Amino acid sequence: MLSRFGPGRKIETPLLIGLPGPWTAIGVALLLAIYPLVMSAIGEDFFIIVGSRILIFALAASALNLALGYGGMISLGHAAFLGTGAYAVAILAKYGIVAAWVALPVAVLAAALAACLIGAVSLRTRGVYFIMITLAFAQLFYYLAISLPEFGGDDGLPISARSVIPGLPLDGDLGFYYFVLFIAGLAFVLLYRLVASRFGRALVAIRENERRMAAIGYPIYRLKLMAFTLSGGLAGLAGALLANLSMGVTPHTLTWHQSGILMVMVIIGGSGYFWGGITGAAIFLLLEETISAHTEHWNLILGALLLFIVLVAPDGVMSLRERVLKLLRGGGPPAPEAIPAGEEKTR
Amino acid sequence: MSHTVLQVDQLVKRFGGLVATDHCNLEIRAGEVHALIGPNGAGKTTLLAQLSGELAADSGRILFEGRDITRLPIHKRVAAGIVRSFQITTLLPRLTVRENLALAVQARTGHSFDFLGTVADESDLDQGADEAARRVGLSDVMEQIVGTLSHGRQRALELGMALACKPRLLLLDEPMAGTDPEESKRMGELIHSLRKDHTLILVEHDMDAVFRLADRISVLVAGRVIATGSPDEIRNNPQVIAAYLGDDETQSAEPIQ
Repeated sequence: MLSRFGPGRKIETPLLIGLPGPWTAIGVALLLAIYPLVMSAIGEDFFIIVGSRILIFALAASALNLALGYGGMISLGHAAFLGTGAYAVAILAKYGIVAAWVALPVAVLAAALAACLIGAVSLRTRGVYFIMITLAFAQLFYYLAISLPEFGGDDGLPISARSVIPGLPLDGDLGFYYFVLFIAGLAFVLLYRLVASRFGRALVAIRENERRMAAIGYPIYRLKLMAFTLSGGLAGLAGALLANLSMGVTPHTLTWHQSGILMVMVIIGGSGYFWGGITGAAIFLLLEETISAHTEHWNLILGALLLFIVLVAPDGVMSLRERVLKLLRGGGPPAPEAIPAGEEKTR
Repeated sequence: MSHTVLQVDQLVKRFGGLVATDHCNLEIRAGEVHALIGPNGAGKTTLLAQLSGELAADSGRILFEGRDITRLPIHKRVAAGIVRSFQITTLLPRLTVRENLALAVQARTGHSFDFLGTVADESDLDQGADEAARRVGLSDVMEQIVGTLSHGRQRALELGMALACKPRLLLLDEPMAGTDPEESKRMGELIHSLRKDHTLILVEHDMDAVFRLADRISVLVAGRVIATGSPDEIRNNPQVIAAYLGDDETQSAEPIQ
């Protein structure tokens, strides 16, 4: 018998909104697998690198989405975890450790540890204070990076060669693309399992009403800290791949500007939707790529376009599906936002 | 005489200069419905929040079945069997009734740190949710979004959430707040039916309901229990009458029947 909580249900509530079915996931995976072959056939090899970059940022944005979208933790400091992962790879490479099976796990663990420590402090605050304190911690990481000359200081730390897996050609753009696709794919499967698990459900429910969840016996702080740590670890994985893509890392990866871009990706894609981070990263980077090819004032045009997207789809592009369905059905159930009878009464 | 379930011993809570709970003593016996009444601002809700663990007491002790729980966080108190409901309906309004109840069951069964466990077998959650729904009369609206329910049914769910946690001691904060007479009557019957398996602490403004439902009543004035006794004893207690009607300072007196 199909579970009444599972995807077989009729009503979509925040507990399982936007979770992909197996066919969607397989379809997307297949498309991504043939994408570089098509690009190389039509002679647009450059777009293979763009593809790798999109996959990496899709992973980073999805990691942030776990904390921001699912957990309601508005972190403006995820660049710190992205950067930690990137620096871990570059520092290891500096000391001659280039094996991917060492570098990637170390990057993930370092970023997760950083997230755990930052989260442990930040999660004692809420609202605007949480945003500010995560931002402050990320700035701390930035200034640490530029003040350490042995790790490149202002100039950053280049790596001479990509992480290696014996027998696999990661030096070429095509080989590297498939490597990124494989790692990111694994991470997305993990993320799916996370948000569909009982843990993920508790996390979403805490976002919906923390006080209620505390009253029925959930250890709120521990659950949120766990989600924040996992989110940081996955951002670190994206950072490790990014360092490999750009053959090094610069302190720019740690700036609040980078945190902001990740947040913009999540918001335009749809925060709290499984595909939100992925869609957002793709839209952002493709727009950036195409517009910057035509004008040097691409930032202005990109900004205007992003503003337009947010106006059309305030809950992100992924929310459009339900809105269209609702329009087609003619009204549908009343907007849930209208109901809470003072539920957010804080103590 | 049944044994003491909960003992509050010289409990103090200050908010700046205001002493909200002032060396409060209270003793709750197993299986009773114990009502807490008192004028507005007497500190009923503050006391309840300290019993549930939302507020930390400044000094004093709370013993639950002989165990000191004064410093225990909320989730450990829930695990021990103390669960509260809220005066202001505090639910997950965008979720269905079933999801709300199942989340309460999930908290009890653990596994909330079960990251990768498949969500295929939910029969335990389903059963727990069904059971709680039957208890509070919500079986017919299980798949509805909570926010679309009437206020009375949301109040019932508020109680159902607490029941789904399988509490031994239930702290009910004005369960009848805002309900119409019909709903209020049904809630009264529900509370009456709970006394078989639960010990209840009831904070309620509806004095009819309090005197009808309670086995014992404690009267809280300025953070202190000034009297505890059967409804009849309380009704005729001169101190209580003075607290509610007499003192010039007590502007916010409420009628007592």
